[in-house]
Amino acid sequence: MFVTAAYAQQSTTTEGAEAHDAAAAGEVHTETGVAHEGEAGSGVFPPFDSTHFASQLLWLAITFGLFYLLMSKVIIPRIGGILETRHDRIAQDLDEASRLKGEADAAIASYEQDLAAAKSKGHKIADDARESAKAKANADRTAVEADLAKKISAAEDRIADIKAKALADVGAIAEETATAVVKQLIGGTVTKAEITAAVKASAGN
Amino acid sequence: MSNDPTHQFLVNKIVPIEIGGIDFSFTNASLFMVATVGVAAGFLYLTTSQRGLIPTRLQSVSEMSYEFIASMLREGAGSGGMKFFPMVFSLFMFILTANLLGMFPYFFTITSQIIVTFALALFVIGTVILYGFYKHGLGFLKLFVPHGVPGVLLPLVVAIEIISFLSRPISLSVRLFANMLAGHITLKVFAGFVTSLSALGAVGIGGAILPLIMTVAITGLEFLVCFLQAYVFAVLTCMYLNDAVHPGSH
Repeated sequence: MFVTAAYAQQSTTTEGAEAHDAAAAGEVHTETGVAHEGEAGSGVFPPFDSTHFASQLLWLAITFGLFYLLMSKVIIPRIGGILETRHDRIAQDLDEASRLKGEADAAIASYEQDLAAAKSKGHKIADDARESAKAKANADRTAVEADLAKKISAAEDRIADIKAKALADVGAIAEETATAVVKQLIGGTVTKAEITAAVKASAGN
Repeated sequence: MSNDPTHQFLVNKIVPIEIGGIDFSFTNASLFMVATVGVAAGFLYLTTSQRGLIPTRLQSVSEMSYEFIASMLREGAGSGGMKFFPMVFSLFMFILTANLLGMFPYFFTITSQIIVTFALALFVIGTVILYGFYKHGLGFLKLFVPHGVPGVLLPLVVAIEIISFLSRPISLSVRLFANMLAGHITLKVFAGFVTSLSALGAVGIGGAILPLIMTVAITGLEFLVCFLQAYVFAVLTCMYLNDAVHPGSH
């Protein structure tokens, strides 16, 4: 029924304002008519009612102009500033983080360098100790060996000495023994020269 | 009176003002223009007054609308178009707030007035034309001469380009106006069905359920349309501004 009301209203607009005021018999008519009479009077479809266009344009210009000014002078710089500050802060924090990371990396590097130096120093000390121990052991060993060799040679000398002495004695003993044996066996005596020759001959065998 | 779906678009004088024989009365439309500016600017001003490094929810709404329009304009018109950011942002916020305010029952929808949307569209096109000629001189007219068109077709294409350019303010304004108008009329009609059917008794009350559901659904749809039309207006503004910044690049 509102559709018909709208229709009725449209038809009255085409007929004109007087017809609208005068004829308008239907209840629906008067109903819609009253609404228009009070305001526009012309009864056209309200959005196309040109009687208020000037006022609308003026107030739109005032309000939108004010809005534009507020936006461009206050709001946009402010929000832009907020976003800029945040952007800067994030960039700054990232820089700070990368700087700290660099520091941490440097610290790690220097620590590792120190560690490597300490390790090599430790190795060196161990090597030195080992070397010196080895050298000492070698020296001791050679000293002992030399000592032993000396002792051995001394002993050998003595043995040779004793042996020579003994061997020298052997001739005399053999001569004596041979003299005694010959005396016992044949009862005669043999010249000392013969005995010595004989002993020498047997010793030579 | 309450059954008339066009009654909501009536302009009523609140404070009659007449200057030089022309009626400049402060009307209900003027009142809602002031309200739109107050609500939109007040919201943006108050939510960003903390200037929080970590935004509150409402502050992030303001920031999102800022970045939304900024990226839209940068994509639409390039970095050269960013000098129009206050204009596009104001248009978007103004139209969006006006549309949303109009969704309140008994509130006046200023974007359902053809003269208002037409004025906004003319403001956009006027800016495009003025800036285009200011920046490029007569080179702005290259806008109407696309590249790579054979000479025979050129007069026809230029005529079409000019007509399409001239129809822009009309399409821009009528799109917004008609969407808001039709949406509000539809809402009113369906809501009217509910009251008139339920006056018919038990059967009528049963039958009124369907239009009631429709009214609820259309209300949801209208909120979408409110945002969408503000968005479309802003996007098209960006595209038209692109013509002023880079004429003859399409």
